[in-house]
Amino acid sequence: MRQGARKAAVAITSIAAVAALTLAGCTSSTDPDDNNSPGPDDTGGQITDAQREEALNTPTELTFWTWVPDVQDQVDMFEKQYPEIHVTVENVGQGLDHYSKVRTASKAGTGGPDVVQLEYQFISSFAQTGELLDLTPYGAADLADQYVPWVWKQVLSNDQVLAIPQDSGPMGNLYREDIMNAAGVTEPPATWADYKTAAEKVRANTSSYISNMAPSQGAGWLGLLWQAGVKPFGYDGGQNVTIDVNSPEAKKVMAYWQDMIQNDLVSIDPDFNDEWYQGLNQGKYAGWLTAAWAPVFLSGAAKDTSGLWRAAPLPQWDTSKPASGNQGGSADAVLKTTKNPIAAYELAKWINNAHDPALLFTTQQNFFPTAIAVLEDPVFVDQESDFYGGQQVNKLFAEISTTVDTDWQWLPFMEFAYSSFNETFGAAVAAKGDLAAGLDAWQDALVDYAKQQGFTVNG
Amino acid sequence: MTSAIQRKQHLVAYGFILPFFAVFATMFIAPLAYSGYLSFFAHKLVGGAKFVGFENYVRAFQDPAFLFGLGRTALILLVQVPIMLGLALFFALALDSGRARGSKAVRLLIFLPFAVPGVVAVLMWGYLYGRDFGLTGQITRALGLPPTDFLSDQLILFSIMNIVTWAFVGYNMIILYAALKSIPSELHEAAEIDGASQWRLAWSVKIPMIRPAIFLTIIFSVIGSFQIFNEPKLLVEIAPTAIPQGFTPNFYAFNVAFVNQDINYAAAIAFLLGFVIMIVSYVVQLSMQKREVRW
Repeated sequence: MRQGARKAAVAITSIAAVAALTLAGCTSSTDPDDNNSPGPDDTGGQITDAQREEALNTPTELTFWTWVPDVQDQVDMFEKQYPEIHVTVENVGQGLDHYSKVRTASKAGTGGPDVVQLEYQFISSFAQTGELLDLTPYGAADLADQYVPWVWKQVLSNDQVLAIPQDSGPMGNLYREDIMNAAGVTEPPATWADYKTAAEKVRANTSSYISNMAPSQGAGWLGLLWQAGVKPFGYDGGQNVTIDVNSPEAKKVMAYWQDMIQNDLVSIDPDFNDEWYQGLNQGKYAGWLTAAWAPVFLSGAAKDTSGLWRAAPLPQWDTSKPASGNQGGSADAVLKTTKNPIAAYELAKWINNAHDPALLFTTQQNFFPTAIAVLEDPVFVDQESDFYGGQQVNKLFAEISTTVDTDWQWLPFMEFAYSSFNETFGAAVAAKGDLAAGLDAWQDALVDYAKQQGFTVNG
Repeated sequence: MTSAIQRKQHLVAYGFILPFFAVFATMFIAPLAYSGYLSFFAHKLVGGAKFVGFENYVRAFQDPAFLFGLGRTALILLVQVPIMLGLALFFALALDSGRARGSKAVRLLIFLPFAVPGVVAVLMWGYLYGRDFGLTGQITRALGLPPTDFLSDQLILFSIMNIVTWAFVGYNMIILYAALKSIPSELHEAAEIDGASQWRLAWSVKIPMIRPAIFLTIIFSVIGSFQIFNEPKLLVEIAPTAIPQGFTPNFYAFNVAFVNQDINYAAAIAFLLGFVIMIVSYVVQLSMQKREVRW
């Protein structure tokens, strides 16, 4: 009897274990293509002004998922402009947490937002699963010439406009002037060769590293490939992907970094954690190769070092053709599941495109803008930052933004791509090992996954 | 004649247990059945869903990530669980012997890590493990030694075992201590009159008497080891290259579902893991029973 009870207890606990595990996998497998959203596809052609008027003057509830701090202020401005529309702002997490919730809600067909924040690098991933509304019939295509060309390309898929750009991250070089001077480096390095020389001086004369190259910072490493003109990814919006992360050009860039890493000229700590913040505050890192959103981020993260930092363009491979890459930045998209596509589109457009809310993003949220009108607005450009010794950092990055290559594309499965990046290339960096082999391993992992998911892979 | 009353009583009884079964069926059986159903399909990013039978299960057996994850948890089971339960048993016996001073305070202190929410505990250990600015880093530096990187891929498994041990020693100790308390005092007294030492008393009287409780802690630990999830999920933020997707099977199932967009395969992994846990639990149970006969 007791034995029986014991067996039953084991069986029940084991079943409980199975159930607890499987709960994680419990989401509907409804094909997203089945979602029928009311919209211009049903009525045919472009939205008319009358339809827009009507939609904006009908009492409507919208939900907006975003992790932007204080975005309520922009939303308040929108609600003041269109009093019939009420918007609920929800922050469901950032990055992967946010995306998996969007996907779950989208598959369930209910409970999801109308408007959603997406990083550029994930737009094709969501487009591929058919979750994003094509904004062209709502008039989004007319906005094309109001944006920096490479940014606009990021929200396009074939002829569809899938999101309204919010902010971007062209890359530059932030550095500690005091540490550089102590090391005998008086000018920001103009070329990557200069950068190595400077790194040697910093190592020899100070206790710092010229920069930290986080092994898992996939977006940052890709930004450096982007700068070098490498084209690792391609996606035609259908089932054809191009994967070429181990091209000779990519390996050339990584050979440079392998040399830097193996000679202990840069540190390789994981970033955005306590150790890393401490490193920035206490001068372990004399610089940071990073994006345009970082100058303001850094002024909060490393408060103790205010006034000591300066900003410069990235070192160049070819000084006659200055180039940069992009790291991060996001856009607002409309999900196909929305019941109010016109109002949702207007929200996504208005807060990012109308001048007042867009400018507020640059002064309050400190976003690096994507609309040309804001990029040229003196309120933005002429700002002087105390953290950077009074330097006009915005002006510098506005210039850098024009040098970003427009032809960069993402894979339609960047969640997997970054995670396998950490396991292959990132692991090679962490082990101070062979980065070219790391790229080869990443290539294999990406190709395997793409084939297994039914994509046709080109070289 | 009484059957009317009996029937009424039965009805009332069913009424009382109905809420449990309603929740059990909707929150437990239904998801279980549904994910079992899902595990027989493949839903590709291109091409949509199709029935594939046991293909997902076959795939799991050939998937190095899944197998390595199982191997890691097996290693935890073989290395960490004996250490943890040994410590728990030692503390329980020490407290029960009545020889230790301040035993109430000690009991509380050992139990305290279990009271700290697991997530918080992992975050705290994340700081303690810090190589440059964490506590261990500062101590080794102060001693003039090179800092140890507890978050490197060589040491991460050890570091996680350490966290789990701290978290659950107190919990297991309480179970064993409660069992020790229920041993009739005549037994010790008789043994002590016979001149048995504390060690002898523990080995020959107490441990055999609390065998069912020890067995319970072993089964809980077996299930717990295979289920490890919080530790890799949180530590991956500070040790991103040392913790692969398939670090433990549970963590792998999560990543397959939410990173790789493959819910069907995740369902199959979850089921397989469940079966592995059942089999291992059963094997452990059998071996315990055999020993019981031999003793």
